[in-house]
Amino acid sequence: MHTLDLDRMAVRDVNQRLHSDAAGTDTDQRYEILNPMGRHAIAVGLDHPFDVTVRGHAGYYCGSMNKEATVTIDGNAGVGVAENIMSGTVHVTGYASQSAAATGHGGLVVIGGDASARCGISMKGVDIVVGGSVGHMSAFMAQSGHMVVCGDAGESFGDSIYEAQLFVRGSVESLGADCIEKEMGPEHVETVRGLLERAGIDADPAEFRRYGSARQLYNFKIGNIGYY
Amino acid sequence: MCGIVGLYLKNPELEPRLGELFCPMLAEMTDRGPDSAGIAVYRDDGEYKSKMTVYSSDPEFDWDGLAAEAGRDLGTPVTADRVSTHAILRSDASTRDLRAWLQDSYPEVRAMSAGGALEIYKEVGLPVDVMEQFGIGAMNGTHAIGHTRMATESAVTTEGAHPFNTGDDLCLVHNGSLSNHHRLREWLRRHAGMVFQTQNDSEVAAAYLTWRLREGDTLSQALEAALKDLDGFYTFAVGTRDGFSVVRDPIACKHAIMAETDDWVAIATEYRALARLPGVDAARVWEPKPATVYSWGRA
Repeated sequence: MHTLDLDRMAVRDVNQRLHSDAAGTDTDQRYEILNPMGRHAIAVGLDHPFDVTVRGHAGYYCGSMNKEATVTIDGNAGVGVAENIMSGTVHVTGYASQSAAATGHGGLVVIGGDASARCGISMKGVDIVVGGSVGHMSAFMAQSGHMVVCGDAGESFGDSIYEAQLFVRGSVESLGADCIEKEMGPEHVETVRGLLERAGIDADPAEFRRYGSARQLYNFKIGNIGYY
Repeated sequence: MCGIVGLYLKNPELEPRLGELFCPMLAEMTDRGPDSAGIAVYRDDGEYKSKMTVYSSDPEFDWDGLAAEAGRDLGTPVTADRVSTHAILRSDASTRDLRAWLQDSYPEVRAMSAGGALEIYKEVGLPVDVMEQFGIGAMNGTHAIGHTRMATESAVTTEGAHPFNTGDDLCLVHNGSLSNHHRLREWLRRHAGMVFQTQNDSEVAAAYLTWRLREGDTLSQALEAALKDLDGFYTFAVGTRDGFSVVRDPIACKHAIMAETDDWVAIATEYRALARLPGVDAARVWEPKPATVYSWGRA
């Protein structure tokens, strides 16, 4: 395992190292990053199947734009963790601040603790599994992908949602515009089971309720053609 | 964009190290606010009842002369200690009498703070330079609140820097912007007789709290009322004689993080400002919820 210490190296140099190594032939593809101390933009834009562990609390945008790599934050993550993730996995063992996995296109984002406001805002295909609860306006304008919340969801959950599928085990403080509860069929239980397994979270998939779009807000209705 | 930090010491043994623990926190927030910085320090440090921090743009200002004159007019001794461009006035006269005397006799001198424990230091410049200028790192005390400013809606001046004093031993720092501050300023001027020194939106929030407290609200009630009457984005930290309070607007776009151990409670805009506090690895760390008033203080 390669050790990169942010008390000795700048964040830019650590990120550059991860990018340069991706082009090399080193067979040891495991990295640990020490002393993150809440610094921003650690391990961003990775595009190689590295296994990177950040030991401690990270600042903003950690693991954002990730492709193929597995980034584990052994601690809490600041604003916008795994923002615009394309593929691979970003795993936060602690809590995540607002806008976790925002605009994510693919891959898996796992948050062991709670995620605060706007988790999964404008998600576009990413799968998000949260061990705790999510804050207000989570899954706002969520377009596709899945969000599994083992705790509760805050106010205006799924506001202006498109076709993402949301699953919550606990309570939902309020649903946002055009977000409704939907029937939980056996195929949905299987979807949740698979996501929980991938996230390594032990919970009964049958306890979750499903939420999604009522399709009244974003659909073009032929009856409204006269207004255009 | 601005940076806020606050550190409240639960363990009195740490009080001699307040400045030393606090300065790296504020310095870490430099790139959120390199225009100007301000620090509120709370410490009971003397035999006098009242304490005021005053500021003059004249670096040679004769503070001893002012103190002698004030003592003569108010009929009780007033002392002055110069701290760079600021001075601390101490007296047994009430802060109200001191303030009124200052306004009448030296209208060009700015009152930065008034109370029994509060001192406020603020200047234009990089936070590390401002802290160095006032010797914050060597200061003792029970708690401190600081602000690094990146101005968005009013001039970069000493008066426009935070914290703003909002009544005896109370001060406010603000990260965000208020959208109804013009109308609210006019209202407070006309209906509550508030006087403003700047065009700054945060000064309006401070004046609003001063007015609510004057009307008999507790600090928590004043902050609850602020949630209804202040429109915009904000995380506020309010220093009180015994602790501090934190509140975020209902949308909570303006970042804030808190941490607590047996020895201290701290708030910052970003975690990195807290990352080097002693024992932070074992601290409880959380984000304050929107539209919720948090308060700490000695019982």
